[in-house]
This record gives sequence, structure tokens and C-alpha cells, in this order.
Amino acid sequence: MNMPLSLSAFIPVLPEIFLVCMAIILVVVDFSYPRNREMLGQFTLYSGLGVILFLFCQKPGIAFGSMFIVDSYSVFFKMICLFGMIMTILLSVQYLKVEQIRQGEYFSLMAFSVVGMMIMASAADLIVVYLGLELMALSIYCLVGLLKDDARANEASIKYFLMGGFSSAVLLFGITLLYGMTGTTDMAGIASYCSQNAILSNPALMVGAILVLCGFFFKIGAAPFHFWSPDIYQGSPTSITAFMSVAPKAAGFAVIGRFLLMAFPESHGQWGSLLVVIALLSMAVGNILAISQTNVKRMLAYSSIAHAGYALLGILSGTSEGYSSTMNYLLIYGFMNMGAFGVVILLCSKESRRESLEDYKGLAKTNPMAAFLMLIFMFSLTGIPPTAGFIGKFYLLKAALVAGYTLPVIIAVIFSAISAYFYLRLVRYMYMDDPREDFVAHYSPGLTTALVISAAGVIGIGIIPGSLLDWAARSLVGF
Amino acid sequence: MIPLSWYMALAAILFSIGTYGFLVRRNIIIMFLCMELMLNAVNINLVAMSHYLDSLAGHNFVFFIITVAAAEAAIGLGLVIVLFRNKKTIYVDHINELKG
Repeated sequence: MNMPLSLSAFIPVLPEIFLVCMAIILVVVDFSYPRNREMLGQFTLYSGLGVILFLFCQKPGIAFGSMFIVDSYSVFFKMICLFGMIMTILLSVQYLKVEQIRQGEYFSLMAFSVVGMMIMASAADLIVVYLGLELMALSIYCLVGLLKDDARANEASIKYFLMGGFSSAVLLFGITLLYGMTGTTDMAGIASYCSQNAILSNPALMVGAILVLCGFFFKIGAAPFHFWSPDIYQGSPTSITAFMSVAPKAAGFAVIGRFLLMAFPESHGQWGSLLVVIALLSMAVGNILAISQTNVKRMLAYSSIAHAGYALLGILSGTSEGYSSTMNYLLIYGFMNMGAFGVVILLCSKESRRESLEDYKGLAKTNPMAAFLMLIFMFSLTGIPPTAGFIGKFYLLKAALVAGYTLPVIIAVIFSAISAYFYLRLVRYMYMDDPREDFVAHYSPGLTTALVISAAGVIGIGIIPGSLLDWAARSLVGF
Repeated sequence: MIPLSWYMALAAILFSIGTYGFLVRRNIIIMFLCMELMLNAVNINLVAMSHYLDSLAGHNFVFFIITVAAAEAAIGLGLVIVLFRNKKTIYVDHINELKG
């Protein structure tokens, strides 16, 4: 193969290249101008916004021999990841001061992991998927362990590292089987080889595909590959937990969707029923185990397992409505989860982290605004109208129902009702109990902005969902 | 000539040994070595398949995997050192503060 190298071949990857350059500049500036460290957050923030603007104007294209595809599907997921990064930066400014984290590497690692996610969203070849996934995962291992003197963060990072390494080895073994059976790592190539040679029911191919899916399920934290997430969510710095619960999950869903639709479009019957099991198991594990939690971050970790289950409902239906409802839901989930973690960070101070459910007792009396915001986010996570969570869940369930998965939808609704118990228990603590201490939260500008954006998103999408739905549906045209 | 299935069997056995070791051993360094064993099983698989399929994609992939594994080793050992400074242990049974 002889590919002429011209600069125009790099145009589809310009956003990623820009973000990589920026991440390197962050490290250099942090190292050589330690006095300007305060500016690094703003610098990352504006670069992230710049990349979002760039993505809006970017034309669809293909780079590196169709290994890297820029289409509106990938752009939508890149937007979610960048949105996650920007919100996390807004949440971080105050939190970094409280926890005294050095700043340069924090923002730089976050930018690198977002580059990994963007590569994942655009990857059309399993090699590129693996590279993007590892770039994302390696950066996040470091971010989780950034609090070097905190034993809980050490524990979380080492656990995440071991589990993540194990899962990527499983993923790789699956990829080798797919490669051995079809002779290519290109997703479209796998599909065309399978349909030409009628080997879809070959056991080695099926084992390969299942192992690859196991690796992806690990990244989105779906049961039975969820066991890492509660420990890691609890042990990492809260801003990183917020980041991890939104951005890598979106990237994982982007890869799962593309992998299933591009490499195995004809065997929807098989992977559809596999995903039903995974989705229902995730909802069961997430919603039932969340009931017995006493730590807010841990509770939100189990809730994120359950939400991965809901979001899988859209993918398993295999229709374009299903895909667009999953994309919607991930963005909506980004708004509500960032908001909920924003309130958790708001309550965190130098004396105490205030992560236990008990610390929320009587919050409505001491900090009415924080309690009200938490109320909105909890309603949205439960799926109560007129919040965005209701709209997202409604379209997911509708897509699965139209595709003929009646029983899974009924079970999903039952689990959603169970989830109301632990979300609304927090609301009851805030509004109906007496406060234990006189604590007045300090609202920094960044944190206020993040909370306002999340609340506006949750309520705005809940009341006028049309434009977001249209955008997600349009993103699937030509996929 | 050795048939491809022998290489694949070797890779599968190495991968299984790695998985078994990862699940059974409690020393983080040993678990880490088992992970490397799994990755090398993958590499054997890829190189053998690449040779028999007469396609270079597998060879390319192996270079990427080796590079990523090196980066992973650097980060993993760094994390183990930080853990050891704080807790004076590298046994996963002893790191159990987070549970519930």
C-alpha cells in the first residue's frame, strides 16, 4: 500500500492534534512558570471551548485509510466528552484548592484522556479503538491517584489500574480472535468478510466478539463488570469522579454502538439478547445495591451502573431511534450527574469532606440553594417530569418498546421505581431532618457557573426537549 | 511447518495461565506480571495469525501493544511505589479501606 502523505489528510484529526499540543503546553508552562499556575485552568477551559467550536464547523471526513472517521455521530460523542471536561474544570477550581492538588498535570492529564475519548469516538478500526482506550485509561489511572498522600486514592488508583489492565488484555484477546477469523481489524471489513463467507455462527468469532464487548462493558461500568466502580468512585478526588462518570462512559458507548452496528450489523438477534441480559443485570445491581449505601459518592457510583443499564436499552434496540435516544440520554446524564457532583463538591471543605448521607441532614435549613439544586438533580436522576431525566428515560423506553423488547421495558420501569427510594431518601434528609452543624457553603464563580449550567440543562431539556432530540437524530444520518 | 492451531493453542494456554495467576495471586507485582503474560499471549496470537494470513496489520498491532504495555508498566509501578510509601504493603488483601 502506497499512501501519499499530504497535509489535507490531517484535517479530520486537527481537533485532537490541537488538544494534544495544548496538553503538552500545559505541562511545560506548569514546569517552567510555576507562578502562573492559577491560569492553567482557564487556559484549558478556553481551549476546550475552542475545540467545541471547531467541531461545530468541521466537515465529515475520513483519515488514515478509513481508520479514523469524522461523522456527526462521532462529533456528538466528542461534544459530550468535551462538555464533561469543561464542566469538570469549572468544578475543579475550588476543589483543587481544598484538596491542594498541583494543577498543571491535573489539567494536562484530563486533556490527554479527552483526546483518547475523541479517538475512540472516531475509531473505525480496532487498533485505533485500543489506542484511544488506553490513552484514556492510562491518563485516568493517574488522575485517580493524584492525591498521593491519601491512602484511599492510592487504593482506588491501584484497583482501577489492575482491573483496567485485565479488561484491556481480555479486549485484546478478543480482537486477535476477530483478526484471526476475518484477516482484518477494520470494522467494516469484518462485516463484509462475515457476510461473504457466512461465518457469523463460527464459535471462535462469537467468542472474540463477546470478549471485545466484555472489555467495552468494563469501561462503561455495566454489570457484571461493575465491581471496580464503587471503590474507585469513592476513593478518587470528587471532581475526577464526576469526570469519570460522564466522559469515559460516553466514549465507551460510542465504541459499543459503532462496533455493533459496523462490524456485526447482521447478527442483531444475538447481540440484542446479550445486551438485554447485561442491561437488566446492571439496573438490578445498581438500583438494589444503591439502597444500602451511606456514602453519597458510592451511592452515585451504583446509580451510574444503573444508568449504564438504561442507556444500553437504546443500543440493544438496534434502530436509529434507539441510538439517538442513547446519545440523548448520555448528554442528559452528563448534565444531571455533573450537577449532583457539583453539590457534593460544594459541601466539601478543608475540615470535612461531607460525603456521608448523614451530612445532608437539614441542608435545606443551612444552605437552601444547595439543597434545592440537589433536589432538582435527584428528581432528574429518578426520572420525574419536568426534568430532563424523564425525557431521556421516556425516549429510551419508547425505542426499546418499538423494537419489540416489551418485557425488558417493564422490568426497567420497575427498577426505575425502586431507584426513587434512594434518590428521594437524600431529599428527605435535606428537607425533613434537623441540621447537625452550622455549615455555610462557599460558592466560587466556577462552581456557580457549573451548577447553573447543569440546572439550566436539566430543566431546559425537560421542558423543551425538541432541539436536542433533533440534533441527536440528525447526527445519525449517514452513519 | 507448524500449523497455526498450535500457536493459537499456545497463546490460549499462556492467556489462561495469566488469567489464573491474576485471579489467584494477591501480590500486586505478581498480578502485574500475569497481566503482561496475558498481553504477550495476545502478541503471539497476532504474530502467528499475521504470518499465516499474510497480512501486516497483526505485526503493526503488536508494536502498538508492546509500546502501550511499556507505558502501562511505568504507570503501574509508579502507583505501586506510591501505595507502598503510604501503606507499607503490596498485597491486595491489605488494601481494603473502600468497601460497602
